[in-house]
Amino acid sequence: MRDFDYAVPSTLTDALALMAGASVARPLAGGTDLIDHVRTGRLAPDLLVDIKKLPELNRLEASPSGLRLGASVPCWKVIASTEISRDYTALVDSCRIIGGIQIQNRASVGGNLCNSGPAADSIPSLIALGAQCVIASKDGTREVPVEAFCTGPGKNVLQPGELLVELKFPARAVRSGSHYRRFIPRNEMDIAVVGVGASVTLDESGQRITDARIALGAVGPTPLLATDAAQALIGQAFDEVAIAKSVAAAKAIATPISDMRGTAEYRVHLVGVLLARVLKAAVARARGETFTYQPGH
Amino acid sequence: MAKKRVVSIKLNGDPVEFLCEPRQTLLEVLRDTLDMTGTKEGCSNGNCGACTVLMDGRPVTSCLVLAVEAEGAEVRTVEGVACGSHLAPVQQAFLEGAALQCGICTPGFIMQTEALLAENPSPTEEQVRFYLAGNLCRCTGYDKIVRAVMCAADKRRAAMDD
Ligand code: FES
Ligand code: FES
Repeated sequence: MRDFDYAVPSTLTDALALMAGASVARPLAGGTDLIDHVRTGRLAPDLLVDIKKLPELNRLEASPSGLRLGASVPCWKVIASTEISRDYTALVDSCRIIGGIQIQNRASVGGNLCNSGPAADSIPSLIALGAQCVIASKDGTREVPVEAFCTGPGKNVLQPGELLVELKFPARAVRSGSHYRRFIPRNEMDIAVVGVGASVTLDESGQRITDARIALGAVGPTPLLATDAAQALIGQAFDEVAIAKSVAAAKAIATPISDMRGTAEYRVHLVGVLLARVLKAAVARARGETFTYQPGH
Repeated sequence: MAKKRVVSIKLNGDPVEFLCEPRQTLLEVLRDTLDMTGTKEGCSNGNCGACTVLMDGRPVTSCLVLAVEAEGAEVRTVEGVACGSHLAPVQQAFLEGAALQCGICTPGFIMQTEALLAENPSPTEEQVRFYLAGNLCRCTGYDKIVRAVMCAADKRRAAMDD
């Protein structure tokens, strides 16, 4: 593997100084993508800054004002969190299918986002749940909504010297529920052919949608916020008519490529199938029903 | 060349210190520096699970962990599973159930199974298959492995009841 130096700072200030200093510095969280990318030569860093010891990046704080998730928190901790399982369920659905158990024990949600793969399983959930990225550099801090973070396959808004510190989620609304699922030809350990995340809020009767956010993965160069698909639901009774309108709007913004995982036409079709299932599951959860996502079923 | 580091870990219960370059993976150091060749290299990119070891009790693919990242960690490899010359129930079950052919995947499967049974002593077949999804085997077709894991779970429970 390429020769590089390694630093493990204990404060965010030190980490940001290191990120700004070396010619090519990369932050190292779980390393499950990074180490492979260095080995294959796709990335050529001179310095890896291990960010797993930074308190700000290890935060997992759920409070009435929302959730703060440090960028280096590994998937297993997200899965094990009772608060995230209860209130941000789509994110747990995602983390449970990112790689196998060994990968989930290392890989972080922040890393999955910063890798910015069009098919990354956590990103549609982050978008559906309304997460904001808190980005720091030695010059200050800025916030970017997750749907504006990725700019192309493997590309995002991070500038040299910047570091994703945490993801901030709004408090879960009453009578809301969320879900993420993907289609793969096997039961586990694969890359999404299409992934769909949604979060919905219901009125007091539990029949009408008052708010919705929908996100699509693997159908464009970046994960997409499907605004029109959500608008098609808001104010409507949740029934097959509303679902069909939402599905049509979602399919309209999907611009997938054809590759070995599926043709563009097939992927557009999958958007419809998955979105209908995701909405039904999210609504069931919003109604307080138990819906357990069993991948492969 | 980047400066070599001294790293201290606990390996199968014993304190161990080694010198490594930042770019060396835990897998490389285990096999090439510490002569612990029980842990296998299959793909070196996180797909096959042959290099699975337990780090602070959690299974990880050691080809995707830098050795310097292991500083202070408790690492368990397949060499630490048996008790003296007595095979652990999981190893015994793999042997009796013929859950291996070439054997290169076996140390990874053993470690993953150790982690599974520590977390869930009575897994269903589906839970076994899901938990072992990150371990690939090109020989057995998996059924014998899954059966051996179920059988190991029974043995472990029986041993605990004694
Ligand atoms: S050698 Fe590490 S996963 Fe294959
Ligand atoms: S026994 Fe040969 S790969 Fe599993």
